[in-house]
Amino acid sequence: MGVNAADTAWILISSALVMLMTPGVALFYAGMVRRKNAISTTMMSFAALGLVGLLWAVYGYSLSFGEDAGGLIGGLNYVLLNGVGVEASDVYASTVPHLAFLAFQGMFAVITVALISGAVVERIRFGALMTFSVIWLTIVYCPVAHWVWGEGGWLLNIGALDFAGGTVVHICAGFSALALALVLGTRRGYTDGEPMEAHNVPMVILGAGILWFGWFGFNAGSALTSGGLAASAFVATNISAASAALTWMLLSWWDKRPSGLGTATGAVAGLVAITPAAGFVAPIMGIPIGIVVSFVCYYCIRLRVRMGVDESLDVWAVHGMGGVWGALATGIFADPSVGGATGLIYGNAAQVGLQAVGIVVVAVFAFGISYGLARLLGVTMGLRVEGREETIGLDLAQHAERAYGGAVQ
Amino acid sequence: MKKVEAIVREERLVAVREALEEKGYYGMTVSHVEGRGRQKGMRLQQRSGQYDIDLLPKVKIEVVVLDEDVTNVVRALASKARTGEIGDGKIFVIPVEDAVRIRTGEWGMDAV
Repeated sequence: MGVNAADTAWILISSALVMLMTPGVALFYAGMVRRKNAISTTMMSFAALGLVGLLWAVYGYSLSFGEDAGGLIGGLNYVLLNGVGVEASDVYASTVPHLAFLAFQGMFAVITVALISGAVVERIRFGALMTFSVIWLTIVYCPVAHWVWGEGGWLLNIGALDFAGGTVVHICAGFSALALALVLGTRRGYTDGEPMEAHNVPMVILGAGILWFGWFGFNAGSALTSGGLAASAFVATNISAASAALTWMLLSWWDKRPSGLGTATGAVAGLVAITPAAGFVAPIMGIPIGIVVSFVCYYCIRLRVRMGVDESLDVWAVHGMGGVWGALATGIFADPSVGGATGLIYGNAAQVGLQAVGIVVVAVFAFGISYGLARLLGVTMGLRVEGREETIGLDLAQHAERAYGGAVQ
Repeated sequence: MKKVEAIVREERLVAVREALEEKGYYGMTVSHVEGRGRQKGMRLQQRSGQYDIDLLPKVKIEVVVLDEDVTNVVRALASKARTGEIGDGKIFVIPVEDAVRIRTGEWGMDAV
């Protein structure tokens, strides 16, 4: 099969849509921190566009999608774009240029790294996070992407389903974030109940809106073609996001008032949950998937707070646990007429078991390696800023900039 | 000369300003401040659950007047700032040593 113009156009547009999600995450996170850490928090995401964007072309793509080695990791045959050209790949996305597939996948790696930063805002040293990100991309993201999506990857071979990155992106980022936050410890004043008030909720909502927009590229683009499957995934994505946003709004209303921060979070949770399922389930199944994920994440945040863990912006609760539900839901609702895979409600209970294998393996692997890596970096280079820097705020201490300058001269 | 310093609810500012204006007191300095008294804060929402803040936003109004005007100004301020709920704020009266109108160089009572 040769390169198809419509498919190519859609994948290039989708790549750009997914690229925009990272600045979306930057705003989503930055609005939730105190004003003295707004630039710092934005940079933790935005810097991934530079760092991971470069490393992906150098070796990241090759480790993820290169020639299989034992089902565990890709080879070095695509290092520095070697052999990745304007013709379609022999194994991936057979109707678009291999370069377009590489670009699309690269944006996923960028945002996954950016997502983790939400756990450690307002106290991690920028250099330590960058170092963590480089090593983490290499030894966690690339192998997991290979297991799930790489030709010969072992999770792909056993039949675990992940349409657009529920395990590779969200479970992986969520459980790694939890590990990093546990090693790093709580923010100063957190255990004394000092309020860590979101400084700009409209910014959070704008960030969530950009994420929602970009997610159409993430999920519908993962069809890797521009036809019916893309449309199906697109609609499923929107239905799930809408259902989850509405559910979270009602949950907060039930508790007190319809929360803006909560509704934005609900939308993101709904997008997370539909990610692995988007091209396998009938679009209308976005309703149960979206409704349930808001309950899951809403109460996982409660649990996290009660346990005294300062996983600050709830990457674990929203992406990790939202991803777990999404991956299970894929096994429950997969409709053979949509993506060719059969789930529980169509009589294939075994699919739920396969999904559980994927979930447990990726969660444990991501958590374990991240925990070890964070401990190692803590001992060797130090993860935290000094106490005084934390009090002053990371914008001034780490970047010598302020987000809301312009004071009287 | 005295400075009347009133810390009041943000939403009462317009009414207080109008009342002072009606009585002929135009000059004032207003700043947005945060503080706490017996009101003991407020409960806000986060993504899941709630949290308390104990420093609440208020406005501080500063008016410098002649000694004989103090009672008048304080009464106007208090009557317009009052809602009867906890958190209405406080008024302080502070002696002022001297004053200068920068444009003309006038000192003392003339400058007020």
